Amino acid sequence: MTAVDVTAIAKSYGKVEVLSDITTHFPEGSFTSLLGPSGSGKTTLLRIIAGFVIPDTGRVTIGERDVTRVPVWARNIGMVFQSYALFPHMSVADNVAFGLAQRGVKGEPARREVQRALDMVHLGGFGTRKPKQLSGGQQQRVALARAIVTRPSVLLLDEPLSALDRRLRQEMQVELLRIQRESGLTTIFVTHDQEEALTLSDKVAILDRGRIVQIGAPTEVYERPRTRFAAEFLGDTNFFTGTVADGRVSLRNGMRIATASPLPANGAPVTLAVRPEKITVATRDAAPEDGLTNRVEGAIIASLYSGTALTYEVDAAGQRFKIFAQNRDARPLARGDEVTLSWSPDHTVPIEDAP
Amino acid sequence: MKLAARTYILAVLIFLYLPIAVLIAMGFNESPLYQLPFSFSSHWYVELMSNRKLLNASWNSVLIAAITAVIATVLGTLAAVALSRRQFFGKEALRLLLLPPIAIPWLITGTAMLVFFYWTGIGRGFHAILIGHVALAIPYVVLVVGTGLTTIRADLEEAAMSLGAPPVKAFFRVTLPLLAPSIFGAALFAFAVSLDQFVVSYFLATPGSSTLPVEIYSAIRKGFTPEINAVCTILLLGSVSIFLLFTLFAKPGASRDRS
Ligand SMILES: Nc1ncnc2c1ncn2[C@@H]1O[C@H](COP(=O)(O)OP(=O)(O)O)[C@@H](O)[C@H]1O
Ligand SMILES: [Mg+2]
Repeated sequence: MTAVDVTAIAKSYGKVEVLSDITTHFPEGSFTSLLGPSGSGKTTLLRIIAGFVIPDTGRVTIGERDVTRVPVWARNIGMVFQSYALFPHMSVADNVAFGLAQRGVKGEPARREVQRALDMVHLGGFGTRKPKQLSGGQQQRVALARAIVTRPSVLLLDEPLSALDRRLRQEMQVELLRIQRESGLTTIFVTHDQEEALTLSDKVAILDRGRIVQIGAPTEVYERPRTRFAAEFLGDTNFFTGTVADGRVSLRNGMRIATASPLPANGAPVTLAVRPEKITVATRDAAPEDGLTNRVEGAIIASLYSGTALTYEVDAAGQRFKIFAQNRDARPLARGDEVTLSWSPDHTVPIEDAP
Repeated sequence: MKLAARTYILAVLIFLYLPIAVLIAMGFNESPLYQLPFSFSSHWYVELMSNRKLLNASWNSVLIAAITAVIATVLGTLAAVALSRRQFFGKEALRLLLLPPIAIPWLITGTAMLVFFYWTGIGRGFHAILIGHVALAIPYVVLVVGTGLTTIRADLEEAAMSLGAPPVKAFFRVTLPLLAPSIFGAALFAFAVSLDQFVVSYFLATPGSSTLPVEIYSAIRKGFTPEINAVCTILLLGSVSIFLLFTLFAKPGASRDRS
């Protein structure tokens, strides 16, 4: 149970810069996700923290200890691999006992620790089995038990759930979170699945082409994306590009949009982001809701019904809107319906990078 | 059609096995001139037991094959592991250079070794044959062990290291046990390559150090008795047992299944 820090990490393979200037603090006992598309450098960063990859520049500290030059086997980490990487020639119990043996824990004390770890992942009765006699989900739990039984300083997981089917995956997310809370291990979790990252994490770090573009609590990164990439990667977003005019943003089609966030000086170009579920769509005759002071009129051009929810596409003076609505109304809106869109300035977020 | 295919296969099998069957049978025939009618006798096996030359050559053959198997397996396994798991300078060149010797005719390899050993002062004899056989067997070991290694995921060793095992320990505790069937198969292969080897042995043998194939060859040239059949039968038995053991242990994927 220790904080982990990476400072000014950079790594290139040949001419390809895989990571550049990564500085992040992973607080003691926290659950942080490294989230990004394939090839963004998540695995490389995790393997640098683990010690499998030596960074070109920068430092890795685990607790007070600078481990940048310390090899993997002396770092006291726990790691869960995407492929589970269980030792096929050893029983489940021997797999879990492997790390204890490296630390000189043998015999009865080791047996007790192994049993405790297997109980923790609900596999108490499976110690004598061979890995291949277990299902994928069970193997993943053995891998988790093996990684935490040694009480590592940090638990590292590289897309551990991506090989599981959807239902099992959701079950394992709950399990993983429970085990992480019980053990209090500082945890770093690599995933390319934004929902998984938002569900599990205390903090989400979004990687884009070898840089952390934003790091923060799930609500923070989702509600207040700082870049177009972060906004798009975490879910659907409506973007409006215009210029600042008297505390609002003027679009080319004449729309004026208010935001609760500070804006640059008059005349500066700015892009605003609004999540599709933040926009209320109503027929023209409906009474306006309080606080939703951004209002535009338009017409439905597409309506997608999916049971619990509806996805609408709306055209308003040439600007396209995507909207998610709960399936609550007597009749879903249909193509051609005239509607009023309204949303709060609080949910209207200026993003930092160029439009 | 079916009948034709069956007849064809039968013909091939007869063509392959009949001479061997005759060879074995004649070892048990009393006549020194291979005359019929057949009359069973173990006379030639008894004679063989007092034929110092053939016995000595047999002992040399088995000893050289055993030592070759051990040395070639250790060196070849190290090479295979380095080629599949480690990064080092000249790796691709080494990978490319290790396999062609399998395709080079033994006559050429043998001549080259004879010249090279003469030139460097290694000379001929037991030690020269041994060096030659080890060199011949290593590529086969690299091939067999290398194939075995491809079935063992590299992240198993990484998992062991993440749990606190230094690389050498991770190798011995995780990769080596999984690789054992392939290594055993490779050792049998190396043993067989050495035991069957004629050309290189013939070039490098000296009077006391000749191997069984060389001795049989010179016996045949001088005129011989069914003792040769007896010794061939024993050699055949040994080779076939090794082949059976090999197919038993070095099945593709055996390293993964055998746990
Ligand atoms: N050992 C390596 N040699 C060369 N390129 C590598 C190596 N490891 C990773 N890369 C490259 O670095 C980039 C980031 O890889 P990775 O960290 O695996 O991304 P992610 O896990 O986010 O998918 C990729 O373009 C990949 O091809
Ligand atoms: Mg990855």
